[in-house]
Amino acid sequence: MPLSPQVAPGGSAPADAPQRLSVTLTVNGEDHALALDSRTTLLDALRDHLHLTGAKKGCDHGQCGACTVLVEGRRINSCLALAAMHEGDAITTIEGVGTPQALHPLQAGFVRHDGYQCGYCTPGQIMSALGMVEEHRQGWPSHATGSVADRPALTREEIAERMSGNICRCAAYPNIVDAISEFAGEQPA
Amino acid sequence: MSSTTATLRMNAKQGLNRADHAPQGLIGAPLDRKEGPLKVSGRAPYAYEHHPANVAFGYLVTATIARGKVNGYDFDAALAVPGVVAVIDAGKRTTTQAANTSSNPEQGNDHVTHYGQPLLMVVADTFEAAREAAAKVRVDYAPEEGGRFVLAEEAPKAKTPGYPFFNKANMNTGDFDGAFATAPVQVDATYTTPSQIHAAMEPHAATASWDEAEGKLTIHASYQMIGNVAAQLAKVLGIKADKIHLMSPYVGGGFGSKLGLNPESVMAAVAARALKRPVKIAITRQQLFGISGRRSDSIQRIRLGAEADGRILAIAHESLVSNRDGETFYEPAGISTPTLYAGENRLVSHRQAAMDLMISVSMRAPGEAIGMLALESAMDELAHTLGLDPVELRLRNEPDTDPQAGTPFSTRKLAKCLTQGAEAFGWAERKPQPGARREGDWLVGLGVAALSRNNYLSTSSARVRLTPAGTAEIETDHTDIGTGTYTILAQVAGDVLGLPMDAIEVRLGDSTLPKSSGSGGSWGAASGASSVLVAAEALIEQIAKRLGVEADQLTFKDGQVITGNRTMPLADAVGPEPLEAEGTIQSGAVQLTHTQVAYGAVFAEVAVNAVTGEIRVRRLDATLAAGRILNPKTARSQVLGGLIWGMSGALMEEAALDERRGVFVNHDLAEYHVPVNADAPAIDVTFLEEDDRYANPLGVKGIGELGICGSGAAIANAVFNATGVRVRDFPITLDKLLDGLPD
Amino acid sequence: MRPFTLTRAASPEEAVAETGARYIAGGTNLLDLMKLGIETPARLVDISRLPLNEVEEADGGLRIGSQVPNSDLAAHDLVRTRYPLLAEALLAGASGQLRNKATTGGNLLQRTRCYYFYDSALPCNKRDPGSGCGAIGGVNRIHAILGTSDKCIATHPSDMAVAMLALDAKVETLRPGGATRTLPLAELHRLPGDTPHIDTNLKPGELITAVVLPPPPPGRQLYRKVRDRASYAFALVSVAAAIEVADGRIASARLAFGGLAHKPWRNPDVEAALVGARPDDAAFRGAAAVLLAGAEGQGGNDFKIPLLRRTLVAALRDATEGTAR
Repeated sequence: MPLSPQVAPGGSAPADAPQRLSVTLTVNGEDHALALDSRTTLLDALRDHLHLTGAKKGCDHGQCGACTVLVEGRRINSCLALAAMHEGDAITTIEGVGTPQALHPLQAGFVRHDGYQCGYCTPGQIMSALGMVEEHRQGWPSHATGSVADRPALTREEIAERMSGNICRCAAYPNIVDAISEFAGEQPA
Repeated sequence: MSSTTATLRMNAKQGLNRADHAPQGLIGAPLDRKEGPLKVSGRAPYAYEHHPANVAFGYLVTATIARGKVNGYDFDAALAVPGVVAVIDAGKRTTTQAANTSSNPEQGNDHVTHYGQPLLMVVADTFEAAREAAAKVRVDYAPEEGGRFVLAEEAPKAKTPGYPFFNKANMNTGDFDGAFATAPVQVDATYTTPSQIHAAMEPHAATASWDEAEGKLTIHASYQMIGNVAAQLAKVLGIKADKIHLMSPYVGGGFGSKLGLNPESVMAAVAARALKRPVKIAITRQQLFGISGRRSDSIQRIRLGAEADGRILAIAHESLVSNRDGETFYEPAGISTPTLYAGENRLVSHRQAAMDLMISVSMRAPGEAIGMLALESAMDELAHTLGLDPVELRLRNEPDTDPQAGTPFSTRKLAKCLTQGAEAFGWAERKPQPGARREGDWLVGLGVAALSRNNYLSTSSARVRLTPAGTAEIETDHTDIGTGTYTILAQVAGDVLGLPMDAIEVRLGDSTLPKSSGSGGSWGAASGASSVLVAAEALIEQIAKRLGVEADQLTFKDGQVITGNRTMPLADAVGPEPLEAEGTIQSGAVQLTHTQVAYGAVFAEVAVNAVTGEIRVRRLDATLAAGRILNPKTARSQVLGGLIWGMSGALMEEAALDERRGVFVNHDLAEYHVPVNADAPAIDVTFLEEDDRYANPLGVKGIGELGICGSGAAIANAVFNATGVRVRDFPITLDKLLDGLPD
Repeated sequence: MRPFTLTRAASPEEAVAETGARYIAGGTNLLDLMKLGIETPARLVDISRLPLNEVEEADGGLRIGSQVPNSDLAAHDLVRTRYPLLAEALLAGASGQLRNKATTGGNLLQRTRCYYFYDSALPCNKRDPGSGCGAIGGVNRIHAILGTSDKCIATHPSDMAVAMLALDAKVETLRPGGATRTLPLAELHRLPGDTPHIDTNLKPGELITAVVLPPPPPGRQLYRKVRDRASYAFALVSVAAAIEVADGRIASARLAFGGLAHKPWRNPDVEAALVGARPDDAAFRGAAAVLLAGAEGQGGNDFKIPLLRRTLVAALRDATEGTAR
């Protein structure tokens, strides 16, 4: 006779009720009306509510970068963002970048350069790279830049520093830099 | 449908086969990963990313003491949280991480054996409610004094482990003590390594659904070996294994942490069954530092006795490692020492101490990762003592046969890896005197180490089906944890059956499919690909029979079957019904008659900041001989990952232990450091031509761990060459260098 | 995480009217801590869209709105050209993603990264007053060597704040009821003493609206951070320096330090020891000796004392190189 688990049923007594919010998120150009707990992060809204699971949960604390998405064109850790604070913002996830049949050039570059192994950090790497290339295009310096007053070229060292918020435990880093370097080189200045 | 089975047991060296003709040019080609477009577009679903209707969310409650009893639980506050469905107390069935070989994964939840042990799971309608409620569960503990947390203190009670998996724990040849005592040159050094954490990017996760009518569990979870885990889960749940459908088609890294049954799968399954509702859970990153298993800490004493010319007379590698009570697995730190260098008098031993810490399990390159770090550091110390070039020292100690077992090596190209690698790297520029090269604030050093990883073959089966459309389907419960399994299996099938990659579908990671070796121990490619070869060759026999010819009269190319001057589409040769064959590969006598090891040499250039001790690895060059390379693109990636993992072990990784409490306090990715992109050096990987048909019919060897098995030592040796500081207490963090740096 | 109500403030005045609430902007630290049950606010006011996101020239210096993201501040031309040590400090912190979200005001109010603070099952006087300090006698490699108490040895994790302290920044605030004040950044953060749970001298509900930088200091500026990874790691120690050399003597010196204490550290005696001296190693070592006179290690962090001495001397060499040395 298999052992039964002890199941204590919930919902029996009152407690602090969570706040339910009506939130409209604009993801990949499409509006989604959601009823969310105020505590729901942008990452969980994408994954659990919209079933857009390309953004990954690796640490849930901004320590790995797997959840990176673009908000108004800027890369952020969606795990450290409340969904309700991003109503009206244009959110871009990996699903909005390309499809398996029609890959974005950077996605194709990751395939060609083997810029991944297990694939779990990969959407975050790609979203981060898209944001990063734009930051560079705007002339932002980085910690790798010799003098912060300069507008540095996007060298391998610059790419590696700017992509250091995306951990890859498989350590595909050299190939990730190859893929981004090629893509950035192709970008119009 | 016609179906056959075929088995190849490796009782003899294998000759050439159809895959050697490679009519499609797939084997050995640097092809892109088959599943790549799904991964880069975010469409490859991992374990948590399934959405059954009405799914509920789980969150674990874990122990906040390291040792003691649980008197009881108070759920009231947790149950009052709106949205909470239940608190699941799985009682005796509660598991923590299980060893892959464990036949008894249950731990129960009435006593605590380590900080962070899973005790309960809260299930709620939302993730937010589950998390909130889990924090409100009160556990009444009766803590026990006398926690065993410090390895050195437990040394007197350590025992010889009995686990027979890798090799004998203790080996003694000749007269080590006598030979070492009289050796003209001696090195006697003790190295320590801390507990390390796998930190796969995808947390352990599961989505479980229970079919009441069928009494059947469907579970998406993240595992490296499907068959073993399904059996372990069945045992814990008290159901038959065929009532479990376990799927892991995409695994976000494993590195050994997903070999055995994980607790979230058990809790999700128990909850789904009890609540009659699908349940999903991902263990939090912080919780994983108390659950996912660790690489054991170690204290390794290495003694080398040598002639003045460098020839080793005596070699000893004595390791003390740890695990929980009752676990048989041990970290075999001395695993490469029996075979790597010549020397008549040899001693390898392991002792294991029982500690009140999280279970020790395999972590990428169990044994070699920390054992080669120590052994190859000691070789560098010997070279320095002798005033001999470290490459030359290794060359002078090349054995003709396995110095421990006396058997021949199946293949061994270590010497060539060392010499060719040295040439390519520019080793001749190394200054033997430490601290002799300075560039501004940076001290620059070069280091070398051998790479050595024992090669294995594990029983593995695959089914290959030819469809009436003239395409092929490969089915096996094998996994692709980033290793390239999808791709290489298709490459082998394509070159045997004369099909292009896009005519081949590969289905992996499903417990309803033929049982495979799974991904672990670097045997996945050799085992899985060989089983596909065996199956595909059996299919060709079927086609030959259908066509009434001998198989060796058939050529398969570009989807055509050619015999004599007759060419027909493969679809026509298959006929109206699919043909399928299940192939199995098994290890056999050659595993004993020939010592099988993959080798390499790794050269490192390191810069150490003379002011702060910050270490930057500038270059890593690896030259490897690991049998045939099925796919140089994915194989190179495996080596990159391995080399950087080795670097990480040498320089960064340490689960920082509060010795009073038995807590790994740096339990997140901000404080448990693994390398980031900026830490990665420039890496050059060269594969030497090699073909090892003692290993398997494809002549390949494992490559997924080889890069680790020495790269850390090459870096440590380069740090010594840069600074003159020899750090034997890993990781080599900057604080350990400061005293030895110029003022 | 405890449930909370979230409202969005349309103006700073509206924000401070929400008495008893916590402000959330970038959320990069607050949400992190809320998920772990370390911060448990019942009400959050979203201030991320307040019009406090401009960098303006003011009286020869800069007024930086508290909602200016770290990345924008680091990329701002006036910061890069006039206050390079601030840009360097910002770029040495966190990651590209976090800098895009983290704000100027929020960065100042980051809480410590002490392991014991971050695990609610372990003792920590900062998180749970009276529970003890787990780091004393525990794992304390990353902990403070100056200004500690027997209650707390945590450090402040911000790089930006160290740079701003060296630049003599001031903080502008708005309080419930509408009162404003300006306090020197040096007076914002506290030492732990007997009340390590109180990080700053802000009053309840007081909102940072801007950071004001005076005109840039004369001389050469630099920010040197020492950490365990090449990137994306907190400082073990850091040095922010602005040094002017004239006629072969140090004419002015501003030095602030990170990773040493419960607050960004600045000691006027260190600067006084340098001013008037020739920029040579003797002077630099003398300054380091003044800085480290009261430094005390806890075992795991003993190395920070020589590390800081070495880093400071090297930073001063770099800051004065090519002058009259």
